[in-house]
Amino acid sequence: MKQTIRFAFYKTIPVLLGYLFLGLAFGLLLQEAGYSFWWALLASGIVYAGSIQFVLVDFLSGGAGVVTVAVMTLLINSRHAFYGLSFVEKFRKMKTYPYMIFSLTDETYSLLCSLKTPAGMEEKQAMFLIAFFDQIYWVLGSVLGAALGQVLPFDMTGIDFAMTALFITIFIDQWREAKSHIPAVTGLCSSVICLLIFGGSNFILPSLVITVGILTALKGHLGEETQVPVAKETPEEKEDKI
Amino acid sequence: MSRERALLIIMIVAVCTLITRLIPFVLFGGKRKVPLAVSYLGQILPPAIMATLVVYCLKGANLFSASHGIPEFASAAVTALLHIWKRNVLLSIAAGTLCYMFLVQSVF
Repeated sequence: MKQTIRFAFYKTIPVLLGYLFLGLAFGLLLQEAGYSFWWALLASGIVYAGSIQFVLVDFLSGGAGVVTVAVMTLLINSRHAFYGLSFVEKFRKMKTYPYMIFSLTDETYSLLCSLKTPAGMEEKQAMFLIAFFDQIYWVLGSVLGAALGQVLPFDMTGIDFAMTALFITIFIDQWREAKSHIPAVTGLCSSVICLLIFGGSNFILPSLVITVGILTALKGHLGEETQVPVAKETPEEKEDKI
Repeated sequence: MSRERALLIIMIVAVCTLITRLIPFVLFGGKRKVPLAVSYLGQILPPAIMATLVVYCLKGANLFSASHGIPEFASAAVTALLHIWKRNVLLSIAAGTLCYMFLVQSVF
């Protein structure tokens, strides 16, 4: 258990940096909008999704209608619906199933789908701890931000780049392991093209829909994984052609 | 805004966020066998999604602004090259992030 905790902590250090800082930023904004750290605790505890929480601050300071709030949340977070596809089978074997679904953020998803536990370690336990630690960082950051306000000891501008860097390293690792680079290239092209067409705040959903469409159409060409029961457990069996 | 209304708004955001995360599990979870098309997608999507997230993170870099997106792209390049070379996740992230912090705080 101790070893698993250490492993999970080590894996989540990049997220610790990113979440603490982004959480701080969220807490600060919330405090400026007139809400104490209890509200930050509540929002980060039950919503737990970075980008929508920043929009939430706008909702709370303006007078957004209930329907607008619901529709915007569904749209902004629609990408999450794609993350679960990789874990449908894996999560349901876990006792912490509901929490795992609730806590599947961009960063936790990235860590979990690139996770390789050392031999002898309980993988499910490591997965849960990673998800749980990530949320602790986020809650901690947002509560601190709302409680401390502007009194931060040093200039941390730019530390949120840790998140971008984390995605880049995972992308490179996955690129190395994949036998076919078609999924990665498809995702890259589709998102750049959609970014140019739809703009920064709207491109993710169309991009993911197009990517799924193309990859589904290419199914026969990317090799068959008919015998592989659980995604990501056997990356070496991926795409044996091309 | 009244505190009751604020609470309501937060609840709605929480529920709708959860719905987006629940969708695949409701559609394909339970005791049913996961359709082949879904396990196929679950397996090949991660690299595509990761590419999308990288683009999402770098989208803020404005090529036509004062900094021309140099801090973002230079730091991304540092991260990527170091990672290709050393394969050490924390090293790559620390170097890329420090590079970015230095560039946005002191140079641009």
